[in-house]
Amino acid sequence: MADELIIEAGKSEKHYWKDIWRYRELFYILSWRDIKIRYKQTVIGFAWSILRPLLTMIVFVFAFGKLGGLDKASTIPYPIIVFTGLLPWQFFATALAEASNSLVGNANLVSKVYFPRIIIPASSVITSLVDFMISLGLLVILLLFYQYQPPLQIFLLPFFIILALLASFGVGLYITALNVKYRDFRYIVPFIVQLGIYISPVGFSSLKVMEKFGENARMLYSINPVVGVIDGFRWCITGEPLYIPGLIISIVITGLFLFIGIRYFRKTEKSFADNI
Amino acid sequence: MSVVIKAENLSKKFIINHEEKEKYNALRDTMARSAKKLFSLGFGKQNGRTVRTTEEFWALKDINFEIEQGDRVGIIGRNGAGKSTLLKILSRITEPTKGTIRIKGRVASLLEVGTGFHPELTGRENIFLNGAILGMSRSEIRNKFDEIVAFAEVEKFLDTPVKRYSSGMYVRLAFAVAAHLEPEILVVDEVLAVGDAQFQKKCLGKMEDVSKKGGRTVLFVSHQMGTITQLCNKAILLNRGTILKAGNTGNIVEHYLAQGNSAGLNTYESVNANGKSEAYFSQVYTVNQNDESTSEFGFNESIVLVSEIKIKQKVATLKLGITLLSIHGAYVFTTIYDIDPRELEKERVVVKAVFPKEIIAPNTYYFRVIVFNDSQIYENIENICHVRVADTGTLLSKYEGVNYGSVIIHPDWSIKQ
Repeated sequence: MADELIIEAGKSEKHYWKDIWRYRELFYILSWRDIKIRYKQTVIGFAWSILRPLLTMIVFVFAFGKLGGLDKASTIPYPIIVFTGLLPWQFFATALAEASNSLVGNANLVSKVYFPRIIIPASSVITSLVDFMISLGLLVILLLFYQYQPPLQIFLLPFFIILALLASFGVGLYITALNVKYRDFRYIVPFIVQLGIYISPVGFSSLKVMEKFGENARMLYSINPVVGVIDGFRWCITGEPLYIPGLIISIVITGLFLFIGIRYFRKTEKSFADNI
Repeated sequence: MSVVIKAENLSKKFIINHEEKEKYNALRDTMARSAKKLFSLGFGKQNGRTVRTTEEFWALKDINFEIEQGDRVGIIGRNGAGKSTLLKILSRITEPTKGTIRIKGRVASLLEVGTGFHPELTGRENIFLNGAILGMSRSEIRNKFDEIVAFAEVEKFLDTPVKRYSSGMYVRLAFAVAAHLEPEILVVDEVLAVGDAQFQKKCLGKMEDVSKKGGRTVLFVSHQMGTITQLCNKAILLNRGTILKAGNTGNIVEHYLAQGNSAGLNTYESVNANGKSEAYFSQVYTVNQNDESTSEFGFNESIVLVSEIKIKQKVATLKLGITLLSIHGAYVFTTIYDIDPRELEKERVVVKAVFPKEIIAPNTYYFRVIVFNDSQIYENIENICHVRVADTGTLLSKYEGVNYGSVIIHPDWSIKQ
């Protein structure tokens, strides 16, 4: 006979992490479901995950590059600069949006079956990773088009992908748990996403911030965890010098969000079914 | 036999919010409330008396029970007795407020048919998805895949998205996955109430098989006493969050039915008069021609529905609507009665509706009652007063197994010359 399970008021289970491992198949299958239905009943299907960043990039190139004159700041083709910022940003933004809505979107599961709830936001983050991988292909085409050879540190790119994943997961966990009780967050997230693209160094390089406002400003700027991620991406692909203190700040902030996110999620997890 | 489930002092409290109509809080309200609190602290007591807007409600209170391995336990009780809450705690969906439960073995719960089914996915894909949600491993599902498909009778449509399925096919497929669950402890809510009778039987048979052969423990909630007696060897009777009685199914079901006026299947009684509007049903029940409370009628007997309406505040006009529905939810008929305005002067009106005999076909039915007038609906109560009409000699009785439909009507036959 299997080991004994004790359900007790106010006690979180000792087997929490073991349980997550036991439910890993559910995690796979939920991620698979989300990917599978993502572009169902759309005409161009997965082409959407190429079209969106492509169009955004074109707008940025015209608005910031041609009109704002930012394209003369560097020898590297401006579209590549934009795209190396846009790619991680869009990954972060979709992952955050998906994760934040995941619990409410799966309310029927939450109120009818038990499983570690963290599986739901986790699988929705994975879904956006697939989108990201597809648009990464577009970057490769862009590099080929401009005949631009990235430096060796491109092999460190996975590290920054993971950083982006963790950053969106941490914040997403916190927001999705809050969203169960306060639906206000459904409106806050699109707002964050909308503003974030201008606050984060997508259309310009973080170097500009340092040039204009000094080093302290750049440290402060790195509190936005996406800054560390984008800087890392640029370092890997365009070879733009990496500002280590800023990266460390971004990593620490990401870790902090992740810690707070998981803690809050676990604290409120048990009442999800009652509130959703 | 060893004890597999042991509950001690199990309680679950809900906070009912009277202030808000929406199900969820808005952050703004929480902030406003905190601000109000600050204000009343800071500026003395002029405004300090806050109106209490929440109410505690104990869905379960100090429940103690033990369930042994291999027991098939029926959980019965009226609506709001705490059955579903108990199942939800057992399946770890929600946490108890107090007390503990010790469970030995893997629990699978089936609180809804087709949980997580996605309309865009095909039947095949949904089998894997639903199976995983119910706690089956992929290899387990693969092993049982053919069995599930055969059971659901959907072979031809395996690669069609389930949104194209007929509702019958959908329910069959969902049942089929659930019926092949084989955990050590199975928790089932009233999911078998949907689907056609034949398929219901098939599912019950399957569940019986699983529990009897496999020595598995089953907890089963149902309002259908027939199903409970057929499937379960033990029963727990809940009433307003406490255990009224527990023991052998036969005794408990009898006890439950014998409560007659207070809690029988054929009786509805309002629980809490405070939250009611101007006019509400305090009691609705069925009696036979001899004024005896019963839910069993012969085809040659009249069903009499008695509705006791309480009038809290004077209303000018009031109508009573009665709908009879077959057990599958199909409307049989609806009828409306205009209550004489002079009767509305009183606090309490008892309306008796005698339905003609030899029309309502042998089957199981339930009622829906509603009090309303042209400006508003005062109360609408669904799914009450289950009645069974037995075949005491219809024309069709010799054709066994024939679907009677809901009414039996004898036309004026003649031969056209």
